[in-house]
Amino acid sequence: MRINPRLTDKLMRAGLTFLALLTVGILILIVLIIFIKGFRYVTAEFIFSYPEDMGRLGGIFPSIIGTVFLGLLSIAFATPLGVGTAIYLTEYTRESTLTRVIRFGVESLAGIPSIIYGLFGFIFFVIKLKMGWSLLSGTLTIAIMVLPTIIRTSEEAIKAVPRNLRTVSFSLGATKWETVTRVIIPSAASGILTGIMLSIGRAVSETAAVIFTMGSSLRLPTSIMDSGRTMAVHFYILAREGISMEKAYATALVLVCSILIINILAYYFMHKMIARYS
Amino acid sequence: MNRNIIDKDNLVRLVLILFALSSLLFLFVIFAFILTEGLPLFYKVGIKNIVAGMKWAPTKGSFGILPMIISSFMVTTGALIVGAPLALACATYLSEYAGRRTKLFLKPSLELLAGIPSVVYGFLGVIYIVPIIREHLGGAGFSILSTSLVLAIMILPTITSISFDALMSVPGAYREGSLAMGATKWQTVGRVVLPAARSGILASFILGMGRAIGETMAVIMVAGNALKIPTSLLDPLRTLTSNIALELAYATGDHRRALFSTGVVLLVIIMSLNFIANFWVKRRATK
Repeated sequence: MRINPRLTDKLMRAGLTFLALLTVGILILIVLIIFIKGFRYVTAEFIFSYPEDMGRLGGIFPSIIGTVFLGLLSIAFATPLGVGTAIYLTEYTRESTLTRVIRFGVESLAGIPSIIYGLFGFIFFVIKLKMGWSLLSGTLTIAIMVLPTIIRTSEEAIKAVPRNLRTVSFSLGATKWETVTRVIIPSAASGILTGIMLSIGRAVSETAAVIFTMGSSLRLPTSIMDSGRTMAVHFYILAREGISMEKAYATALVLVCSILIINILAYYFMHKMIARYS
Repeated sequence: MNRNIIDKDNLVRLVLILFALSSLLFLFVIFAFILTEGLPLFYKVGIKNIVAGMKWAPTKGSFGILPMIISSFMVTTGALIVGAPLALACATYLSEYAGRRTKLFLKPSLELLAGIPSVVYGFLGVIYIVPIIREHLGGAGFSILSTSLVLAIMILPTITSISFDALMSVPGAYREGSLAMGATKWQTVGRVVLPAARSGILASFILGMGRAIGETMAVIMVAGNALKIPTSLLDPLRTLTSNIALELAYATGDHRRALFSTGVVLLVIIMSLNFIANFWVKRRATK
């Protein structure tokens, strides 16, 4: 039997459109459910008060602070290392065996699942280096975890800076380092910021690597040696131990909103970069 | 004075090399610590008794993780069977059919949604998928089926965006050539564009598989965490990742070492998957 190609064409177009809308629809539905179910419970009091009775009552203030600390401290470690690596790979060397080995290392780090980072941070920072379950252990673990993201986005950003900017800078007598710090980094800033925002996003949404390094203390962390709980960990414990569905939805809403805002910023910086150089 | 500047540039170069080498150092330290904690048990009780062992009773000297290896592969395969066609359809629609405005809306929404924390997927799986399976298909609901569905949704953004990039990198001339010969749109997409992007699409499936096999917390929430080899789609299961996360907080001695051994097995699987994916991507790049 001969199948009419025009009919097949129409059917496939309809089928693919349907499946694409279904895919995006499922993901949007997830965000909508969280918004609708959590909306009622997110009040100023929920955000600014301390949890009581394991999180059954009260708010999530300490875990918001814990999340902010973890996100900012981990990029404070990872950004100089990551941007430095990207500058070295793009500006200071040619493709060689060494750069291939470094790129292989970065790719491998990116492929390691977060539970392995959790295992590593637990045995290395928490136990061997005796840092205990603390903000510091969590920060260092997450910093290594997000390093590949920062390296790759910074590398892309630096590569996108037009060659002639470098040539002009050198011809004006600037040294390599002056060219890098005053011309290349400012021109690639939006792209580098994209990587930083994506990294903060990963730190905020991570659970497995955080729970075994930073612990899950409900108290407000006041030093980097204190244990603390990020929103993602708090949400996981609330949901898994069935402590409170209301608080779980409310925490999920704050968590998802934070992630969406962070990713929108990342997207904004990425488009600024693209608009500038293409 | 001039000399000084040159020296400074050399110093900067040295510092940057050290920064660049730090990634390798971290990789080395991670492997060193996972292996030194995880390998001794392989010598002590034998690789076979761990990798092919059926019984996990770590406080009584049984460290078999075969059920978890099988479970990990089952839910990952399940996630791919459900998620890969959907994601590929979505990527094909986006790159070949969608108008400019649709693309401008759909692509960013997908990328934003890729950031939803995995615990949120797990939670919604417990609230919506598990009870539906329990009521309509039987069993406890915590099962291969529910875990596969949650993972499938989780890997949608990953697979979609990587296959989309693969499809977009197919030269426009291929499409024009095919259409000029009188082929319909679908004939062009199905017989020219998709085959041309084949290796990139396969790489996206493997990376999605890597993401699914490495996922931990969402899986713990919906899998039921039982220790047997699941024999039906409705049986509960425990994956390699959830085994580690469920017991790490209180394990000591050989029990803790056994969790690192589980980590070693997981690392080997992930590294092989990444190697295969990179191999495919490389082959595409050289073509």
